[in-house]
Amino acid sequence: MRRRLSGLDWLLRGALILNAIGVLSPLLVMLVSAFKSTREIFASPFAPPSMLSFQNFIKVWQVGQFDLYLRNSLIVTLGALALILLFGAMAGYALGRFRFRLNDVIYLFFLAGLMIPAKLALIPLFVQLKALGLLNSLWGLILVYAAGGIPAAVFIMAGFFRTLPSDLDNAARMDGAGEWQVFWRVMLPLVRPALAIVGIYSAIPIWNDFLLPLVFIQKPELKTLMQGLTVFFGQYQTDWGALFAGLTLASLPLALLYLLLSEEFIKGLTAGATKG
Amino acid sequence: MSRSSHPRRFLGLRLERGLWLTLFLAPALVLMLVFTTLPAINALVYSLFKWQAFKRGAFAGLENFQRLFAYPFDQQFLRALSHNTLAFVVLLVVQTGLGLLLAYALWKHPPGLRFFRVTVFLPVILSLVIVGFLWQLFLNPLFGPLNKLLHGVGLHALALPWLGDPATALPALLLVNVWRWVGFPALVFLAGINAISEEYLEAAKLDGASEGQVFRHVILPLLAPSFTIIVLLTFIGSFEWFDLPYVMEGVNGTPAGATDTLALMFYRLAFGTVDAGISDVGLGAAVNTVLFFLVLLGAVLGALYLRRREVEG
Repeated sequence: MRRRLSGLDWLLRGALILNAIGVLSPLLVMLVSAFKSTREIFASPFAPPSMLSFQNFIKVWQVGQFDLYLRNSLIVTLGALALILLFGAMAGYALGRFRFRLNDVIYLFFLAGLMIPAKLALIPLFVQLKALGLLNSLWGLILVYAAGGIPAAVFIMAGFFRTLPSDLDNAARMDGAGEWQVFWRVMLPLVRPALAIVGIYSAIPIWNDFLLPLVFIQKPELKTLMQGLTVFFGQYQTDWGALFAGLTLASLPLALLYLLLSEEFIKGLTAGATKG
Repeated sequence: MSRSSHPRRFLGLRLERGLWLTLFLAPALVLMLVFTTLPAINALVYSLFKWQAFKRGAFAGLENFQRLFAYPFDQQFLRALSHNTLAFVVLLVVQTGLGLLLAYALWKHPPGLRFFRVTVFLPVILSLVIVGFLWQLFLNPLFGPLNKLLHGVGLHALALPWLGDPATALPALLLVNVWRWVGFPALVFLAGINAISEEYLEAAKLDGASEGQVFRHVILPLLAPSFTIIVLLTFIGSFEWFDLPYVMEGVNGTPAGATDTLALMFYRLAFGTVDAGISDVGLGAAVNTVLFFLVLLGAVLGALYLRRREVEG
């Protein structure tokens, strides 16, 4: 049965089309400008580039040290992610599958952690990292990000572990598997979808963050990609071709991943808001 | 045969089990305790002390708060607070409203649904540093593409120095915020509408309800849980607003403090002037503490109020 489209339907479609234009055209201008000279950008901002030149990208990569920033961001994000996934899954497993006296208390402790943004503890974190010798260290960033990501990971993982049938782990125990093997070999592979959600939910804010590196990292060779972008923007204020190339390069890794895995990204990033 | 039939073996198993549980929980607990809980408590304690740069001095009682609520900081504080409040109201209306509109449009399965879904959410994955700088270039009064476009289509009156004029700077930042974030409420609402049982919608239609009536009397009330979460997240985000103002207008909230926020004020006092050797950690910690309780109180009251409405709805 084919329903006739009402005026409202056309209006709603119009809104979607306008939104798509509003989202895509700035990004398209960014991408195209990255191939132009600054003079060309100023003279005709919306025209396609007169020739395909990678000059700007080469400048950003070599002079702008984006190779270095990219490496630091990868180390920090993957390092924190590994800790969040491993420790979050372990704690979620303990809370989700075992009854013990302190279970509720510990659960509430993690819940409280969910309410505390690192932003609000910046001064004490600075003092503490300084005392521990973790200022100007990628380890300092990794540990703070991991601590920030663990509460949400514990909740999502505990929820998933709880839904698994209870005879699974008991059967493995009967077969003589140790507790660690039960967790690592039997249970963890069954919650892979949850690990993917937790991974996206945790990793993207870390990759995109610039406040913590801004405060904790001063050494130029340890700066992260987003922090490096602010440095670059300070240095190349008038070189718009290079600036647009910098923006394009900085957005590419996540944008490409998103285009490949858009459903997982959407599910992962709205995980905290759509569970209930 | 029960494994715990033998008393000594039972005790051993219990101990072993406790040991394993401790081992599973300890890494997460220790990390959180050291890098989240302890610093969060200290953040409140620090506001009660005198500070020499980042060296803690004598107990100061409420002195930092007295300084914060006296000239000249009280005016800075109130101005920043008013900007945070305005941001919350505007974003709640514009961002949430547009998000709901887009969610409803997506829910009706238009042709190209997949494309539109992916596009709506695309800016949400971009770092605010990228978004901020991108729009800073676009909004440049002389060379920015936006004003060139406005001149090109004859809208000369709208080709303003958006980020440089105190009257338009904050609205411009809020619009950029909407651009970056609107996909988030859109897809949360979409998930909410999708979760509504078909039966309700069919029943309302069979009763002869128009589309508008179904939306107002069936869909909106059943979306209450999604609203609760979006309102709370918008509230927290607005009162901790930092990244976009910092990237686009700098640590002082230029022009003339027109884009200053509480989080910027906090950062500026504690860290922003470290190089100049005039950082005031005590005062920064005081702003931090006030902000913390403001957000906590607002979020708790808001959650209670919204949850009650959910039940009634």
